[in-house]
Order: sequence, then structure tokens, then C-alpha cells
Amino acid sequence: MKLLAVETATEACSAALFINGEIREHFELAPRTHTQRILPMIEALMTEADLRPQQLDAVAFGCGPGSFTGVRIATGVIHGIAFGADLPVVPISTLAALAQDAFDSTNESVIFSAIDARLSEIFWAVYQRDANGFAELVGKENVIPADLADACHQKGIGVGSAWRVYSEVLLAKLTQSVISFDADRLPRAAAVASLGVQGMLAGRAVSVEVAMPVYLRDKVAKKESER
Amino acid sequence: MYTLGIETSCDETAVAIYHSKLGLCHHLVYSQVEMHSEYGGVVPELASRDHIRKLIPLINQCLDEANLDKHDINGIAYTAGPGLMGSLLVGATTARSLAWSLEIPAIAIHHMEAHLLAPLLEKDPPSFPFLALLISGGHTLLVAVKSLGHYILLGESLDDAAGEAFDKTAKMLGLPYPGGPRLAKLAEQGQPVYSFPRPMTDRPGLDFSFSGLKTFTMNTLLGTSQTGQDKANIAYAFQKAVAGTLSIKCKRALQQTQLKKLVVAGGVSANSTIRDELSAMAKKENAAIYFPRLEFCTDNAAMVAYAGCQRLLAGQHDDLCIQARPRWPINELTGVANELSGFLPG
Repeated sequence: MKLLAVETATEACSAALFINGEIREHFELAPRTHTQRILPMIEALMTEADLRPQQLDAVAFGCGPGSFTGVRIATGVIHGIAFGADLPVVPISTLAALAQDAFDSTNESVIFSAIDARLSEIFWAVYQRDANGFAELVGKENVIPADLADACHQKGIGVGSAWRVYSEVLLAKLTQSVISFDADRLPRAAAVASLGVQGMLAGRAVSVEVAMPVYLRDKVAKKESER
Repeated sequence: MYTLGIETSCDETAVAIYHSKLGLCHHLVYSQVEMHSEYGGVVPELASRDHIRKLIPLINQCLDEANLDKHDINGIAYTAGPGLMGSLLVGATTARSLAWSLEIPAIAIHHMEAHLLAPLLEKDPPSFPFLALLISGGHTLLVAVKSLGHYILLGESLDDAAGEAFDKTAKMLGLPYPGGPRLAKLAEQGQPVYSFPRPMTDRPGLDFSFSGLKTFTMNTLLGTSQTGQDKANIAYAFQKAVAGTLSIKCKRALQQTQLKKLVVAGGVSANSTIRDELSAMAKKENAAIYFPRLEFCTDNAAMVAYAGCQRLLAGQHDDLCIQARPRWPINELTGVANELSGFLPG
């Protein structure tokens, strides 16, 4: 299988290519320059692999939650590519990608994935490692104030930007559950690619028209009748 | 050469296909106005969210209805600015990536250039050069159009755009969003009771200002008992003042540039009082006046596909950088031919 993945929901910008079991990735910290970097990164990966867009079997993208604009950049890029080359799309949670990256580089079995959501809230999810080493959601993903974070009776490590901004609140709330945390870890396309392949094999690919961002925060303005 | 045009700069998702020899094949516009009306104005984040839901289905529908396959498309043009950043990004990322995927060239288009060239989509288009007045909810511009890519900005609004002034005044009069067309309707019942100032016409220059007029309207309204007839009279006077101001500036610009053709575009050009005033003025000045049909005046992708097709035919195309420029002065555009000399407004 040949699958292209992108992840642009945070200050990191990355693209990865899964080709028959091997993942190659281009990763950069690119605050505010995702639009300039993402297609050249994809083009470089494809050229290195001597692949044309229509030779891909599928695409995957980090569908959020994260920066609304960042999530839409990944979505727009994947929409364009998938529509042009008639490819199925696997939307992958950015919080799952963040957890998967931690599972791939540690021995932990539970990850508290948390990204700063601004407006005094965090995007929060608990992931556990399944039998095949893939991130599996425990409970549901939420956008909540940090002091409402729930460890779902698990013990594990915290990852993501919310652990920098709200470490005190989170540690106070989850004293019994948190072993340690790593606030610098970022969601990346390599993890989106491996979860994307797993999703493809599990039949979770969708058509481009329904591959949409996940914002979690759905109330973004007040109607005149609500003011 | 088939060019796919994509426009998402504000609250309309639009897709079009233009062929260099066959002309416009098809165009579709999906307006979000109903969604935003509940909020009393455009909510940028909601606009972006809606664009990303609608764009791919709209491209699909446009191809289908034009009886074309996506592989028939030879190039893609998208609006890169000016406009709302989030909205622009949806069109830009999708369009640029689609072009990469189809292995065809892409070109970023200036929204106002597309508006300026919209009259060229009509059967009897004006030939270059011409004077263009663009009046919309976001812009008020007076531009000398010499040729493709050669534009001289003669004047612009220093504060509110003409359409914005209409909408804000309508709100003062208690009309729901978008109030501009409703204000025009109300003005039909108005009597010539008040005389409003024509802002910035007592001094030389071609710039506009409409915020003072808004304040004048408010003060006038507060001095009445605010009956329905009072409001209609005020709407009448306000509309007359805007039309008069636009007419005075266009007359000045025609005289200064010696141009004999005036193109009026943008959503506000649908206003019949403004049309009548400008037509009467043009007649006196012996100038021909052009109003593109309304669907090409308001935001659409036909004009973007047209502008893109011309630039692609001239050999221009972009690299892999996805371009979105919320603020993009029209003076920064580059021409496509080597004929920059010989035309300067007096």
C-alpha cells in the first residue's frame, strides 16, 4: 500500500509517505508558514519515491482537534489531492497521532493527549496502546477547562502543548494518574500515516466529500437572538 | 484551454469553468448569506467552516453540469486575496493541491483584478483602456484599466466601503442584515425632504469617505420622531448622497484620464438609483457605460477563471506555495505584456 499523510494542526508541519511497510517523513516547525511548506514537502517525498499522485492508494490527514486554521489547511490539501487523484481518505484524530507518536517511542501503555485550545480550554483525550501497538481511544475526545480533565482510571504520561500551559492544574487534578509529562511532543505525519494505514485496513476510509475537520469547539459566535 | 476558477474570499463559495475559445462553460455560486444573517454579519470562522464543506461538492457539480471530466481541466485559478484569511485559505489550499494532484498549472488571482475584468465576460465587452468603478460590501475603488495586469488605482474609500455604508445605515434604520438592498427598497417610499452632504467632493482628488455620511444619517434620524416615513425619507436622502458622490468622482476621473468608457461593477452596482445617476452623468460626458450582469458583479468564480485563463495563456503560473493574502494592494500586480508606458492619468 502507498499512503500519503499530512499533519498541520499545530506549529509543526509534516508530510509522510507509507510505502509497503516503510514510512518516510518530512517534518518542520513552521509556525504561520504551513501554506508555503506543505506542498513542497509532499512533492519532495513523492519525487524521492518516484511516485505520481495517481499511483497512491489512499491519503490520511490529521483532522484535528487543533488550530482551526491549521486543521483546515490539512483538510484543504487532502481534499485537493484526493479529489484530483480519486483517492479514499482516512481522517485521523490529531490527539491520536500525538499519542501514537508517544507509543512509538516509549514503552508506556496509556497517554494523556492534550493540546492547548486557547480561551482557557484544552483538547483532551486518553489513549491506550492496543494489542498491535496502535493508539485506541478510551472514553471520548473533549474540549474542556483543564481542571475537568478525566484520566478514566488510567495511569500514564501526558503529552502535548496543554501540559506546558496547564501543567499545574493538570497535575493537581490527576495526581494519582500522571507518571510524567512531555509538553514538547507534537503530532506528526508519520503517526498519521501509520494510523491511516491501520484505518484503511479496518475499512475506515471515507470519500473526500465527507472527510471533514473535527473542531470539537462548535460554538464560535453568538446569534443576534442570543445576545 | 479549460480553466477551473475557485473563489472563496468572503461568504460565497463559487466555482466556474472558462474555456479560452469557447468562453464561459459553467459557473455556480453558493451563498452563505442566510447562515450569517442570524449573526447580523459575516462570522469569519463560520464562513471558513462552510467553505470547506461546500467546495469539493460544488467543483464536482460544476464539472458534471458542464459535461466535463476533471482531467479535461488544463489549469486552475483561485482567488488569493484580498479577503478574509480563513475563507481565502480554504479555496487556496484546495485549488493549489488539486492542481498538483492533476499535474496542471495553478495561478493565484487578485479578487479585484477579477472584478475589473468581469465585463470582458459579456458579449459586447469594452475594449481596453477603460475606467472602472468597483462598489461592493468590501471595496470602493476607482481604477484605470489599461490592459490585463496594468491597473492604476485612482481612488479608494478611506474608511467604509460603499456597500458597508449601506449595510450599517440600514442597521440604524432597523433593517435586518444584509440591509443594503432593503434600504434601497425603503427609499422607494421616501420623499426628497432632506439634503445630505456629498463627502469629499468639495476638494480635489478621487478618494471616497462614507463614515461621515453614516454619522450625519444617525444625527438626522435622532432629530425625527422615527416614523416609517421619516426612515424612508432618510433612506432616500442617504442613497441619493451615495449615488451623487460616486457620480461626481467618476465624472472627475473620466475628465482627468480622458477615458471614454466607464465600467461599473461590484454588488452595489445593482442599486438602480446609482445606475441611473451614473448613466445620466456618463451620457453628459459622452462616455459609454457598462454594467456587467449582476451575477458577474457580485462575487463569482467566472471572473476568477477568466482572469486566470488570460494569465495562464500568457505563460504565467505559480510554484507550490499556497497563496493567501488578506491585504493585497492592486498596484502590486504585474502585467502580462510589455506595455507599461504611454498611459498616465492627468
